[in-house]
Amino acid sequence: MPRYLLSRLLQAAIATFGVITLVFFVMRLAGDPTLLLVPQGASAEQIAELRHALGFDRPLLTQYIAYLDQLAHFDLGESFVQRAPVSAILGARIPYTLALAAGALAVALGIGLPAGIAMAVWRGRAVERLLAALVLTGQSLPTFWSGILMILLFGVILHWLPTSGADGPASLIMPAVALGALAMSTFARMARIAVLDELQRDYVVAARARGLSLGAALWRHVLRNAAIPVITVTALEIGNLLAGAVIVETVFAWPGIGQLAIQSIAARDFLVVQAIVLFVSVTYITLSLLADIAYSLVDPRIRAVA
Amino acid sequence: MKARLSPGIVLILFLLTLFVVAAVLAPWVSPHDPLRQSLLLRLRPPGTVAAQGDFLLGTDDLGRDLLSRIIYGARASFIVATLSVSVSLLTGTILGLAAGWFRGWSATLIMRLVDTMLSIPAILLAVLTVAVLGPGFTKLILVLGLTRWPRYTRVAYASTLQVAALPYIRAAVMAGAGPARILLRHVLPNIAGPLMVVATSEFGLMILFEAGLSFLGLGIQPPAPSWGSIMSAGRDYVARAWWMTVFPGIGLFLVVLCVNLMGDWLRDRLDPRSVGR
Repeated sequence: MPRYLLSRLLQAAIATFGVITLVFFVMRLAGDPTLLLVPQGASAEQIAELRHALGFDRPLLTQYIAYLDQLAHFDLGESFVQRAPVSAILGARIPYTLALAAGALAVALGIGLPAGIAMAVWRGRAVERLLAALVLTGQSLPTFWSGILMILLFGVILHWLPTSGADGPASLIMPAVALGALAMSTFARMARIAVLDELQRDYVVAARARGLSLGAALWRHVLRNAAIPVITVTALEIGNLLAGAVIVETVFAWPGIGQLAIQSIAARDFLVVQAIVLFVSVTYITLSLLADIAYSLVDPRIRAVA
Repeated sequence: MKARLSPGIVLILFLLTLFVVAAVLAPWVSPHDPLRQSLLLRLRPPGTVAAQGDFLLGTDDLGRDLLSRIIYGARASFIVATLSVSVSLLTGTILGLAAGWFRGWSATLIMRLVDTMLSIPAILLAVLTVAVLGPGFTKLILVLGLTRWPRYTRVAYASTLQVAALPYIRAAVMAGAGPARILLRHVLPNIAGPLMVVATSEFGLMILFEAGLSFLGLGIQPPAPSWGSIMSAGRDYVARAWWMTVFPGIGLFLVVLCVNLMGDWLRDRLDPRSVGR
Protein backbone atom coordinates (compact mmCIF):
# COMPACT_ATOMS: atom_id res chain seq x y z
CA MET A 1 0.00 0.00 0.00
CA PRO A 2 2.56 2.69 0.96
CA ARG A 3 4.43 1.98 -2.25
CA TYR A 4 1.40 2.51 -4.46
CA LEU A 5 0.45 5.60 -2.49
CA LEU A 6 3.93 7.07 -2.82
CA SER A 7 4.18 6.52 -6.56
CA ARG A 8 0.70 7.99 -7.04
CA LEU A 9 1.62 11.02 -4.88
CA LEU A 10 4.81 11.52 -6.87
CA GLN A 11 2.83 11.36 -10.11
CA ALA A 12 0.43 14.05 -8.84
CA ALA A 13 3.35 16.22 -7.74
CA ILE A 14 4.96 15.94 -11.16
CA ALA A 15 1.68 16.83 -12.87
CA THR A 16 1.23 19.87 -10.61
CA PHE A 17 4.77 21.02 -11.33
CA GLY A 18 4.17 20.42 -15.04
CA VAL A 19 0.98 22.49 -15.03
CA ILE A 20 2.70 25.37 -13.21
CA THR A 21 5.57 25.30 -15.71
CA LEU A 22 3.27 25.05 -18.73
CA VAL A 23 1.23 28.05 -17.56
CA PHE A 24 4.44 30.03 -17.04
CA PHE A 25 5.46 29.47 -20.66
CA VAL A 26 1.98 29.98 -22.11
CA MET A 27 1.89 33.41 -20.43
CA ARG A 28 5.09 34.26 -22.31
CA LEU A 29 4.02 32.86 -25.70
CA ALA A 30 3.28 36.30 -27.11
CA GLY A 31 6.54 37.75 -25.86
CA ASP A 32 6.44 40.37 -23.12
CA PRO A 33 3.96 39.35 -20.37
CA THR A 34 3.88 42.92 -19.05
CA LEU A 35 1.55 43.79 -21.91
CA LEU A 36 -0.95 41.25 -20.56
CA LEU A 37 -1.07 42.88 -17.14
CA VAL A 38 -1.46 46.57 -17.84
CA PRO A 39 -4.85 48.18 -18.33
CA GLN A 40 -5.64 49.30 -21.88
CA GLY A 41 -4.13 52.70 -22.73
CA ALA A 42 -1.11 52.54 -20.43
CA SER A 43 1.80 54.73 -21.55
CA ALA A 44 5.19 53.36 -22.61
CA GLU A 45 6.82 54.63 -19.40
CA GLN A 46 4.18 52.97 -17.22
CA ILE A 47 4.72 49.70 -19.08
CA ALA A 48 8.50 49.95 -18.71
CA GLU A 49 8.15 50.78 -15.03
CA LEU A 50 5.86 47.83 -14.40
CA ARG A 51 8.09 45.53 -16.43
CA HIS A 52 10.97 46.41 -14.16
CA ALA A 53 8.88 46.26 -10.95
CA LEU A 54 7.65 42.76 -11.86
CA GLY A 55 11.10 41.62 -12.92
CA PHE A 56 10.06 40.77 -16.49
CA ASP A 57 13.32 42.38 -17.69
CA ARG A 58 15.30 39.70 -15.89
CA PRO A 59 16.49 36.46 -17.52
CA LEU A 60 13.77 33.85 -18.08
CA LEU A 61 15.26 31.37 -15.63
CA THR A 62 15.38 33.97 -12.83
CA GLN A 63 11.75 34.85 -13.55
CA TYR A 64 10.79 31.20 -13.46
CA ILE A 65 12.46 30.63 -10.08
CA ALA A 66 10.84 33.76 -8.65
CA TYR A 67 7.47 32.56 -9.96
CA LEU A 68 7.90 29.13 -8.36
CA ASP A 69 8.97 30.79 -5.11
CA GLN A 70 5.86 32.99 -5.16
CA LEU A 71 3.55 30.03 -5.76
CA ALA A 72 5.29 28.01 -3.05
CA HIS A 73 4.14 30.70 -0.64
CA PHE A 74 0.61 30.55 -2.09
CA ASP A 75 1.09 34.07 -3.42
CA LEU A 76 -0.84 34.55 -6.67
CA GLY A 77 0.28 38.16 -7.12
CA GLU A 78 -1.55 41.44 -7.23
CA SER A 79 -4.02 42.51 -9.91
CA PHE A 80 -3.06 45.85 -11.47
CA VAL A 81 -6.49 46.32 -12.94
CA GLN A 82 -8.52 45.77 -9.77
CA ARG A 83 -5.70 46.84 -7.39
CA ALA A 84 -6.32 43.89 -5.07
CA PRO A 85 -4.61 40.58 -4.31
CA VAL A 86 -5.53 37.93 -6.90
CA SER A 87 -6.26 35.42 -4.16
CA ALA A 88 -8.91 37.74 -2.69
CA ILE A 89 -10.52 38.35 -6.10
CA LEU A 90 -10.60 34.61 -6.76
CA GLY A 91 -11.78 33.75 -3.25
CA ALA A 92 -14.85 35.95 -3.59
CA ARG A 93 -15.97 34.04 -6.73
CA ILE A 94 -15.04 30.45 -5.89
CA PRO A 95 -18.12 29.75 -3.69
CA TYR A 96 -20.41 30.55 -6.63
CA THR A 97 -18.62 28.15 -8.95
CA LEU A 98 -18.56 25.45 -6.27
CA ALA A 99 -22.32 25.88 -5.77
CA LEU A 100 -22.85 25.63 -9.53
CA ALA A 101 -20.61 22.56 -9.83
CA ALA A 102 -22.38 20.92 -6.88
CA GLY A 103 -25.77 21.59 -8.47
CA ALA A 104 -24.59 20.22 -11.81
CA LEU A 105 -23.12 17.15 -10.11
CA ALA A 106 -26.42 16.54 -8.32
CA VAL A 107 -28.26 16.74 -11.66
CA ALA A 108 -25.71 14.50 -13.36
CA LEU A 109 -25.65 11.83 -10.64
CA GLY A 110 -29.37 12.07 -9.87
CA ILE A 111 -30.39 11.43 -13.47
CA GLY A 112 -27.33 9.69 -14.91
CA LEU A 113 -26.96 6.85 -12.41
CA PRO A 114 -30.62 5.71 -12.35
CA ALA A 115 -30.72 6.05 -16.15
CA GLY A 116 -27.60 3.92 -16.54
CA ILE A 117 -28.88 1.26 -14.15
CA ALA A 118 -32.24 1.17 -15.91
CA MET A 119 -30.52 0.80 -19.29
CA ALA A 120 -28.58 -2.21 -17.99
CA VAL A 121 -31.57 -3.86 -16.28
CA TRP A 122 -33.97 -3.38 -19.19
CA ARG A 123 -31.43 -4.15 -21.87
CA GLY A 124 -32.93 -4.33 -25.37
CA ARG A 125 -36.29 -2.92 -24.30
CA ALA A 126 -37.91 0.32 -25.38
CA VAL A 127 -36.83 1.92 -22.09
CA GLU A 128 -33.20 1.40 -22.99
CA ARG A 129 -33.58 2.96 -26.41
CA LEU A 130 -35.40 5.94 -24.93
CA LEU A 131 -32.73 6.51 -22.30
CA ALA A 132 -29.98 5.94 -24.87
CA ALA A 133 -31.47 8.81 -26.88
CA LEU A 134 -31.43 11.00 -23.76
CA VAL A 135 -27.80 10.13 -23.08
CA LEU A 136 -26.79 10.84 -26.65
CA THR A 137 -28.61 14.17 -26.57
CA GLY A 138 -26.88 15.18 -23.36
CA GLN A 139 -23.56 14.28 -24.92
CA SER A 140 -24.07 16.35 -28.07
CA LEU A 141 -25.79 19.44 -26.64
CA PRO A 142 -23.53 22.47 -26.57
CA THR A 143 -24.01 24.00 -23.11
CA PHE A 144 -24.37 27.52 -24.44
CA TRP A 145 -27.17 26.45 -26.76
CA SER A 146 -29.13 24.41 -24.23
CA GLY A 147 -28.58 27.29 -21.79
CA ILE A 148 -30.06 29.88 -24.12
CA LEU A 149 -32.94 27.56 -25.06
CA MET A 150 -33.78 27.13 -21.37
CA ILE A 151 -33.60 30.89 -20.84
CA LEU A 152 -36.00 31.31 -23.77
CA LEU A 153 -38.46 28.66 -22.55
CA PHE A 154 -38.42 28.93 -18.74
CA GLY A 155 -37.36 32.55 -18.42
CA VAL A 156 -38.79 34.52 -21.31
CA ILE A 157 -41.89 32.52 -22.29
CA LEU A 158 -43.00 30.83 -19.05
CA HIS A 159 -41.48 33.27 -16.53
CA TRP A 160 -40.77 30.38 -14.15
CA LEU A 161 -37.10 31.01 -13.51
CA PRO A 162 -34.80 34.05 -13.49
CA THR A 163 -32.89 34.38 -16.78
CA SER A 164 -29.53 35.39 -15.33
CA GLY A 165 -27.57 36.39 -12.25
CA ALA A 166 -27.49 34.72 -8.84
CA ASP A 167 -30.55 35.63 -6.76
CA GLY A 168 -31.42 32.70 -4.58
CA PRO A 169 -31.55 28.98 -5.32
CA ALA A 170 -34.01 29.33 -8.23
CA SER A 171 -31.36 30.98 -10.39
CA LEU A 172 -29.08 27.98 -9.88
CA ILE A 173 -31.48 25.51 -11.54
CA MET A 174 -30.95 26.31 -15.22
CA PRO A 175 -27.15 26.74 -15.10
CA ALA A 176 -26.84 23.49 -13.13
CA VAL A 177 -28.93 21.54 -15.66
CA ALA A 178 -27.03 23.03 -18.63
CA LEU A 179 -23.66 22.28 -17.05
CA GLY A 180 -24.66 18.84 -15.75
CA ALA A 181 -26.01 17.42 -19.03
CA LEU A 182 -22.67 16.20 -20.38
CA ALA A 183 -21.60 14.66 -17.06
CA MET A 184 -25.05 13.04 -16.83
CA SER A 185 -24.37 11.20 -20.10
CA THR A 186 -20.96 10.09 -18.89
CA PHE A 187 -22.41 8.74 -15.63
CA ALA A 188 -25.22 6.94 -17.44
CA ARG A 189 -22.78 5.24 -19.83
CA MET A 190 -20.48 4.29 -16.96
CA ALA A 191 -23.24 2.97 -14.74
CA ARG A 192 -24.73 0.96 -17.60
CA ILE A 193 -21.46 -0.81 -18.38
CA ALA A 194 -20.62 -1.36 -14.71
CA VAL A 195 -24.04 -2.86 -13.92
CA LEU A 196 -24.08 -4.97 -17.11
CA ASP A 197 -20.65 -6.40 -16.25
CA GLU A 198 -21.73 -7.18 -12.73
CA LEU A 199 -25.12 -8.69 -13.67
CA GLN A 200 -23.38 -11.31 -15.85
CA ARG A 201 -21.07 -12.49 -13.05
CA ASP A 202 -21.57 -16.03 -11.81
CA TYR A 203 -22.31 -15.02 -8.25
CA VAL A 204 -25.21 -12.83 -9.36
CA VAL A 205 -26.58 -15.51 -11.66
CA ALA A 206 -26.28 -18.00 -8.78
CA ALA A 207 -28.01 -15.65 -6.36
CA ARG A 208 -30.84 -15.15 -8.84
CA ALA A 209 -31.09 -18.91 -9.37
CA ARG A 210 -31.48 -19.34 -5.61
CA GLY A 211 -34.55 -17.15 -5.90
CA LEU A 212 -33.20 -13.74 -4.98
CA SER A 213 -35.32 -11.08 -6.66
CA LEU A 214 -33.76 -8.79 -9.23
CA GLY A 215 -34.22 -5.77 -6.96
CA ALA A 216 -32.56 -7.48 -4.00
CA ALA A 217 -29.69 -8.74 -6.18
CA LEU A 218 -29.14 -5.25 -7.51
CA TRP A 219 -29.26 -3.65 -4.10
CA ARG A 220 -27.20 -6.21 -2.18
CA HIS A 221 -24.59 -7.20 -4.74
CA VAL A 222 -24.54 -5.44 -8.06
CA LEU A 223 -24.70 -1.77 -7.11
CA ARG A 224 -22.03 -2.09 -4.43
CA ASN A 225 -19.50 -3.47 -6.86
CA ALA A 226 -20.62 -1.27 -9.72
CA ALA A 227 -20.14 1.80 -7.52
CA ILE A 228 -16.35 1.47 -7.54
CA PRO A 229 -15.62 2.71 -11.07
CA VAL A 230 -18.19 5.47 -10.58
CA ILE A 231 -16.05 7.00 -7.79
CA THR A 232 -13.15 7.69 -10.15
CA VAL A 233 -15.36 9.11 -12.86
CA THR A 234 -17.04 11.41 -10.34
CA ALA A 235 -13.72 12.94 -9.33
CA LEU A 236 -12.71 13.55 -12.94
CA GLU A 237 -16.13 14.93 -13.82
CA ILE A 238 -15.92 17.55 -11.04
CA GLY A 239 -12.79 18.87 -12.74
CA ASN A 240 -14.62 19.01 -16.07
CA LEU A 241 -17.56 20.78 -14.47
CA LEU A 242 -15.26 23.49 -13.07
CA ALA A 243 -13.80 24.02 -16.54
CA GLY A 244 -17.19 23.94 -18.26
CA ALA A 245 -18.29 26.73 -15.93
CA VAL A 246 -16.40 29.18 -18.18
CA ILE A 247 -19.13 28.93 -20.81
CA VAL A 248 -22.18 28.28 -18.64
CA GLU A 249 -21.40 31.16 -16.29
CA THR A 250 -21.05 33.49 -19.26
CA VAL A 251 -24.45 32.44 -20.62
CA PHE A 252 -26.25 32.89 -17.30
CA ALA A 253 -24.16 35.79 -15.92
CA TRP A 254 -23.40 33.56 -12.93
CA PRO A 255 -20.72 35.36 -10.87
CA GLY A 256 -18.25 32.48 -10.46
CA ILE A 257 -14.65 32.01 -11.60
CA GLY A 258 -15.69 31.10 -15.16
CA GLN A 259 -17.32 34.47 -15.69
CA LEU A 260 -14.37 36.06 -13.86
CA ALA A 261 -11.96 34.44 -16.35
CA ILE A 262 -13.76 35.91 -19.36
CA GLN A 263 -14.16 39.31 -17.68
CA SER A 264 -10.47 39.33 -16.76
CA ILE A 265 -9.45 38.52 -20.34
CA ALA A 266 -11.54 41.46 -21.57
CA ALA A 267 -10.00 43.71 -18.88
CA ARG A 268 -6.49 42.37 -19.68
CA ASP A 269 -6.09 41.15 -16.10
CA PHE A 270 -4.08 38.03 -16.89
CA LEU A 271 -2.77 37.29 -13.42
CA VAL A 272 -6.37 36.48 -12.50
CA VAL A 273 -6.78 34.26 -15.59
CA GLN A 274 -3.53 32.48 -14.76
CA ALA A 275 -4.69 31.93 -11.17
CA ILE A 276 -8.00 30.45 -12.35
CA VAL A 277 -6.24 27.98 -14.67
CA LEU A 278 -3.88 26.98 -11.86
CA PHE A 279 -6.73 26.64 -9.36
CA VAL A 280 -8.88 24.42 -11.60
CA SER A 281 -5.93 22.26 -12.69
CA VAL A 282 -4.62 21.69 -9.17
CA THR A 283 -8.16 20.87 -8.00
CA TYR A 284 -8.42 18.38 -10.86
CA ILE A 285 -5.11 16.72 -9.99
CA THR A 286 -5.99 16.56 -6.28
CA LEU A 287 -9.41 15.05 -6.93
CA SER A 288 -8.06 12.36 -9.24
CA LEU A 289 -5.40 11.56 -6.64
CA LEU A 290 -8.04 11.25 -3.91
CA ALA A 291 -10.19 9.11 -6.20
CA ASP A 292 -7.32 6.73 -6.89
CA ILE A 293 -6.57 6.46 -3.17
CA ALA A 294 -10.23 5.82 -2.37
CA TYR A 295 -10.35 3.27 -5.19
CA SER A 296 -7.34 1.40 -3.83
CA LEU A 297 -8.83 1.34 -0.34
CA VAL A 298 -12.10 -0.11 -1.61
CA ASP A 299 -10.55 -2.56 -4.05
CA PRO A 300 -7.28 -4.15 -2.81
CA ARG A 301 -6.60 -5.68 -6.23
CA ILE A 302 -5.59 -2.25 -7.60
CA ARG A 303 -2.68 -2.07 -5.17
CA ALA A 304 -1.49 -5.52 -6.14
CA VAL A 305 -1.49 -4.66 -9.84
CA ALA A 306 0.21 -1.33 -9.36
CA MET B 1 -14.70 -7.19 -43.45
CA LYS B 2 -17.79 -6.55 -45.54
CA ALA B 3 -19.36 -3.18 -44.95
CA ARG B 4 -22.93 -3.59 -43.77
CA LEU B 5 -24.64 -0.24 -43.45
CA SER B 6 -27.70 0.03 -41.27
CA PRO B 7 -30.39 2.58 -42.21
CA GLY B 8 -29.34 4.64 -39.18
CA ILE B 9 -25.75 5.04 -40.30
CA VAL B 10 -26.90 5.86 -43.84
CA LEU B 11 -29.03 8.69 -42.46
CA ILE B 12 -26.11 9.97 -40.39
CA LEU B 13 -23.76 9.89 -43.37
CA PHE B 14 -26.40 11.59 -45.51
CA LEU B 15 -26.86 14.42 -42.99
CA LEU B 16 -23.12 14.91 -42.55
CA THR B 17 -22.59 14.90 -46.32
CA LEU B 18 -25.34 17.50 -46.64
CA PHE B 19 -23.58 19.78 -44.14
CA VAL B 20 -20.17 19.25 -45.74
CA VAL B 21 -21.48 19.90 -49.25
CA ALA B 22 -23.26 23.06 -48.09
CA ALA B 23 -20.08 24.21 -46.36
CA VAL B 24 -17.86 23.51 -49.38
CA LEU B 25 -20.27 25.11 -51.83
CA ALA B 26 -21.11 28.02 -49.48
CA PRO B 27 -20.51 30.79 -52.04
CA TRP B 28 -22.90 29.11 -54.50
CA VAL B 29 -25.63 27.77 -52.24
CA SER B 30 -26.06 30.64 -49.78
CA PRO B 31 -28.85 32.94 -50.92
CA HIS B 32 -27.22 36.18 -49.73
CA ASP B 33 -23.85 37.70 -48.89
CA PRO B 34 -23.32 36.66 -45.23
CA LEU B 35 -21.63 39.99 -44.45
CA ARG B 36 -24.07 42.37 -46.11
CA GLN B 37 -25.82 44.46 -43.48
CA SER B 38 -29.09 46.26 -43.79
CA LEU B 39 -30.44 48.40 -41.00
CA LEU B 40 -33.91 48.24 -42.50
CA LEU B 41 -33.97 44.46 -42.25
CA ARG B 42 -32.85 44.02 -38.64
CA LEU B 43 -34.20 41.04 -36.67
CA ARG B 44 -36.74 39.97 -39.28
CA PRO B 45 -38.45 36.65 -38.44
CA PRO B 46 -38.01 33.48 -40.54
CA GLY B 47 -39.85 33.51 -43.83
CA THR B 48 -39.49 37.23 -44.40
CA VAL B 49 -40.02 38.29 -48.01
CA ALA B 50 -38.51 41.66 -48.83
CA ALA B 51 -37.47 43.60 -51.89
CA GLN B 52 -33.90 42.37 -51.34
CA GLY B 53 -35.05 38.76 -51.55
CA ASP B 54 -36.36 35.99 -49.29
CA PHE B 55 -34.91 35.48 -45.83
CA LEU B 56 -35.84 31.89 -45.11
CA LEU B 57 -34.44 31.77 -41.57
CA GLY B 58 -34.81 35.49 -40.85
CA THR B 59 -32.11 38.09 -40.26
CA ASP B 60 -29.76 38.93 -37.39
CA ASP B 61 -29.27 42.09 -35.33
CA LEU B 62 -27.43 43.78 -38.20
CA GLY B 63 -29.91 42.75 -40.87
CA ARG B 64 -27.74 39.99 -42.32
CA ASP B 65 -29.30 36.84 -43.78
CA LEU B 66 -29.20 34.14 -41.09
CA LEU B 67 -29.28 31.16 -43.49
CA SER B 68 -26.24 32.45 -45.38
CA ARG B 69 -24.40 33.08 -42.12
CA ILE B 70 -25.19 29.57 -40.88
CA ILE B 71 -23.91 28.05 -44.14
CA TYR B 72 -20.69 30.07 -43.96
CA GLY B 73 -20.49 29.26 -40.25
CA ALA B 74 -20.56 25.55 -41.10
CA ARG B 75 -17.67 26.17 -43.46
CA ALA B 76 -15.61 27.87 -40.72
CA SER B 77 -16.51 25.11 -38.28
CA PHE B 78 -15.45 22.27 -40.60
CA ILE B 79 -12.23 23.99 -41.66
CA VAL B 80 -11.18 24.66 -38.07
CA ALA B 81 -12.13 21.16 -36.90
CA THR B 82 -10.46 19.39 -39.84
CA LEU B 83 -7.21 21.32 -39.58
CA SER B 84 -6.96 21.22 -35.79
CA VAL B 85 -7.72 17.48 -35.70
CA SER B 86 -4.98 17.01 -38.33
CA VAL B 87 -2.51 18.99 -36.23
CA SER B 88 -3.28 17.06 -33.05
CA LEU B 89 -3.47 13.67 -34.80
CA LEU B 90 -0.07 14.25 -36.40
CA THR B 91 1.60 15.62 -33.25
CA GLY B 92 0.05 13.06 -30.94
CA THR B 93 0.77 10.08 -33.18
CA ILE B 94 4.41 11.00 -33.79
CA LEU B 95 5.01 11.48 -30.06
CA GLY B 96 3.17 8.26 -29.20
CA LEU B 97 5.04 6.23 -31.82
CA ALA B 98 8.37 7.64 -30.62
CA ALA B 99 7.56 6.97 -26.97
CA GLY B 100 6.37 3.44 -27.68
CA TRP B 101 9.32 2.54 -29.89
CA PHE B 102 12.27 4.12 -28.10
CA ARG B 103 10.86 3.76 -24.57
CA GLY B 104 13.37 4.73 -21.84
CA TRP B 105 13.73 8.34 -20.82
CA SER B 106 12.13 9.81 -23.94
CA ALA B 107 8.97 7.83 -23.25
CA THR B 108 8.98 8.95 -19.62
CA LEU B 109 9.34 12.57 -20.68
CA ILE B 110 6.60 12.38 -23.33
CA MET B 111 4.16 10.49 -21.12
CA ARG B 112 4.71 12.91 -18.20
CA LEU B 113 3.95 15.75 -20.60
CA VAL B 114 0.78 13.90 -21.58
CA ASP B 115 -0.21 13.64 -17.90
CA THR B 116 0.42 17.35 -17.46
CA MET B 117 -1.60 18.33 -20.53
CA LEU B 118 -4.47 16.12 -19.41
CA SER B 119 -4.43 17.76 -15.96
CA ILE B 120 -5.39 21.13 -17.41
CA PRO B 121 -8.97 21.09 -18.68
CA ALA B 122 -8.57 21.63 -22.44
CA ILE B 123 -11.12 24.40 -22.75
CA LEU B 124 -9.33 26.44 -20.06
CA LEU B 125 -5.92 25.92 -21.65
CA ALA B 126 -7.37 26.95 -25.01
CA VAL B 127 -9.04 30.02 -23.47
CA LEU B 128 -5.78 31.09 -21.78
CA THR B 129 -3.63 30.49 -24.86
CA VAL B 130 -5.97 32.22 -27.31
CA ALA B 131 -6.30 35.15 -24.91
CA VAL B 132 -2.51 35.48 -24.59
CA LEU B 133 -1.84 35.16 -28.31
CA GLY B 134 -4.81 37.20 -29.44
CA PRO B 135 -7.49 35.96 -31.83
CA GLY B 136 -6.79 34.74 -35.34
CA PHE B 137 -7.75 31.88 -37.61
CA THR B 138 -4.31 30.20 -37.76
CA LYS B 139 -3.71 30.74 -34.05
CA LEU B 140 -7.09 29.22 -33.24
CA ILE B 141 -6.28 26.08 -35.23
CA LEU B 142 -2.81 25.76 -33.72
CA VAL B 143 -4.08 26.29 -30.17
CA LEU B 144 -6.86 23.70 -30.56
CA GLY B 145 -4.50 21.28 -32.31
CA LEU B 146 -1.70 21.65 -29.80
CA THR B 147 -3.91 21.35 -26.72
CA ARG B 148 -5.69 18.18 -27.85
CA TRP B 149 -2.85 15.83 -28.89
CA PRO B 150 -2.39 13.80 -25.64
CA ARG B 151 -5.27 11.39 -26.26
CA TYR B 152 -3.70 10.28 -29.55
CA THR B 153 -0.34 9.90 -27.84
CA ARG B 154 -1.79 7.61 -25.17
CA VAL B 155 -3.47 5.41 -27.78
CA ALA B 156 -0.46 5.39 -30.13
CA TYR B 157 1.92 4.67 -27.24
CA ALA B 158 -0.07 1.71 -25.87
CA SER B 159 -0.65 0.25 -29.34
CA THR B 160 2.98 0.69 -30.39
CA LEU B 161 4.19 -1.09 -27.25
CA GLN B 162 1.91 -4.01 -28.11
CA VAL B 163 2.76 -4.18 -31.79
CA ALA B 164 6.50 -3.71 -31.25
CA ALA B 165 6.67 -6.97 -29.31
CA LEU B 166 5.22 -9.00 -32.20
CA PRO B 167 7.51 -11.38 -34.12
CA TYR B 168 7.09 -9.72 -37.53
CA ILE B 169 8.42 -6.44 -36.14
CA ARG B 170 11.43 -8.18 -34.66
CA ALA B 171 11.95 -9.84 -38.03
CA ALA B 172 11.89 -6.43 -39.71
CA VAL B 173 14.46 -5.12 -37.22
CA MET B 174 16.73 -8.07 -37.91
CA ALA B 175 16.31 -7.55 -41.63
CA GLY B 176 17.89 -4.16 -41.06
CA ALA B 177 14.94 -1.78 -41.31
CA GLY B 178 15.43 1.56 -39.56
CA PRO B 179 13.03 2.95 -36.95
CA ALA B 180 11.33 5.37 -39.36
CA ARG B 181 10.61 2.62 -41.88
CA ILE B 182 9.36 0.19 -39.25
CA LEU B 183 7.14 2.75 -37.57
CA LEU B 184 5.60 4.08 -40.77
CA ARG B 185 5.37 0.88 -42.83
CA HIS B 186 4.71 -1.74 -40.17
CA VAL B 187 3.50 -0.18 -36.94
CA LEU B 188 1.35 2.73 -38.10
CA PRO B 189 -1.03 0.71 -40.33
CA ASN B 190 -1.67 -1.62 -37.41
CA ILE B 191 -2.57 1.10 -34.94
CA ALA B 192 -4.50 3.33 -37.34
CA GLY B 193 -7.91 1.94 -36.32
CA PRO B 194 -7.93 3.07 -32.69
CA LEU B 195 -6.43 6.40 -33.74
CA MET B 196 -9.29 6.97 -36.20
CA VAL B 197 -11.82 6.31 -33.43
CA VAL B 198 -10.15 8.96 -31.28
CA ALA B 199 -9.95 11.36 -34.23
CA THR B 200 -13.69 11.03 -34.91
CA SER B 201 -14.70 11.83 -31.35
CA GLU B 202 -12.15 14.66 -31.28
CA PHE B 203 -13.65 16.07 -34.48
CA GLY B 204 -17.00 16.54 -32.74
CA LEU B 205 -15.23 18.03 -29.74
CA MET B 206 -13.28 20.48 -31.92
CA ILE B 207 -16.50 21.69 -33.52
CA LEU B 208 -17.87 22.29 -30.02
CA PHE B 209 -14.63 23.98 -28.93
CA GLU B 210 -14.57 26.31 -31.92
CA ALA B 211 -18.21 27.25 -31.32
CA GLY B 212 -17.57 27.66 -27.59
CA LEU B 213 -14.50 29.87 -28.07
CA SER B 214 -16.30 31.94 -30.69
CA PHE B 215 -19.26 32.21 -28.32
CA LEU B 216 -16.87 33.63 -25.69
CA GLY B 217 -15.47 36.06 -28.27
CA LEU B 218 -12.12 34.25 -28.43
CA GLY B 219 -12.57 32.26 -31.61
CA ILE B 220 -13.51 33.43 -35.08
CA GLN B 221 -13.82 37.20 -34.96
CA PRO B 222 -16.81 39.18 -36.21
CA PRO B 223 -17.96 40.01 -38.80
CA ALA B 224 -16.87 36.58 -40.09
CA PRO B 225 -19.71 34.15 -39.39
CA SER B 226 -19.34 31.33 -36.88
CA TRP B 227 -22.07 29.33 -35.16
CA GLY B 228 -20.71 30.31 -31.77
CA SER B 229 -20.57 34.04 -32.44
CA ILE B 230 -24.04 34.09 -34.06
CA MET B 231 -25.45 32.50 -30.90
CA SER B 232 -23.47 34.86 -28.69
CA ALA B 233 -25.11 37.83 -30.42
CA GLY B 234 -28.44 35.98 -30.26
CA ARG B 235 -28.12 35.62 -26.47
CA ASP B 236 -28.76 39.37 -26.18
CA TYR B 237 -31.85 39.20 -28.40
CA VAL B 238 -33.27 35.93 -27.12
CA ALA B 239 -36.58 37.53 -26.11
CA ARG B 240 -37.04 39.31 -29.46
CA ALA B 241 -35.37 37.08 -32.00
CA TRP B 242 -35.31 33.40 -30.97
CA TRP B 243 -34.27 32.33 -34.48
CA MET B 244 -30.79 33.80 -34.01
CA THR B 245 -29.92 31.16 -31.41
CA VAL B 246 -32.26 28.32 -32.30
CA PHE B 247 -31.17 27.74 -35.93
CA PRO B 248 -27.38 27.80 -35.60
CA GLY B 249 -27.81 25.67 -32.47
CA ILE B 250 -29.77 23.03 -34.38
CA GLY B 251 -26.97 22.91 -36.95
CA LEU B 252 -24.31 22.54 -34.27
CA PHE B 253 -26.29 19.94 -32.35
CA LEU B 254 -27.02 17.83 -35.44
CA VAL B 255 -23.41 17.86 -36.64
CA VAL B 256 -22.01 16.93 -33.24
CA LEU B 257 -24.69 14.26 -32.75
CA CYS B 258 -23.95 12.70 -36.15
CA VAL B 259 -20.19 12.77 -35.53
CA ASN B 260 -20.64 11.15 -32.11
CA LEU B 261 -22.89 8.44 -33.56
CA MET B 262 -20.40 7.82 -36.33
CA GLY B 263 -17.64 7.52 -33.73
CA ASP B 264 -19.63 4.89 -31.83
CA TRP B 265 -20.32 3.02 -35.05
CA LEU B 266 -16.65 3.09 -36.08
CA ARG B 267 -15.58 1.86 -32.66
CA ASP B 268 -18.02 -1.03 -32.80
CA ARG B 269 -16.83 -1.99 -36.29
CA LEU B 270 -13.15 -1.88 -35.35
CA ASP B 271 -13.58 -3.54 -32.00
CA PRO B 272 -16.39 -6.09 -32.17
CA ARG B 273 -15.97 -6.81 -28.46
CA SER B 274 -17.32 -3.38 -27.59
CA VAL B 275 -20.59 -3.87 -29.49
CA GLY B 276 -23.54 -2.85 -27.40
CA ARG B 277 -21.45 -1.24 -24.69
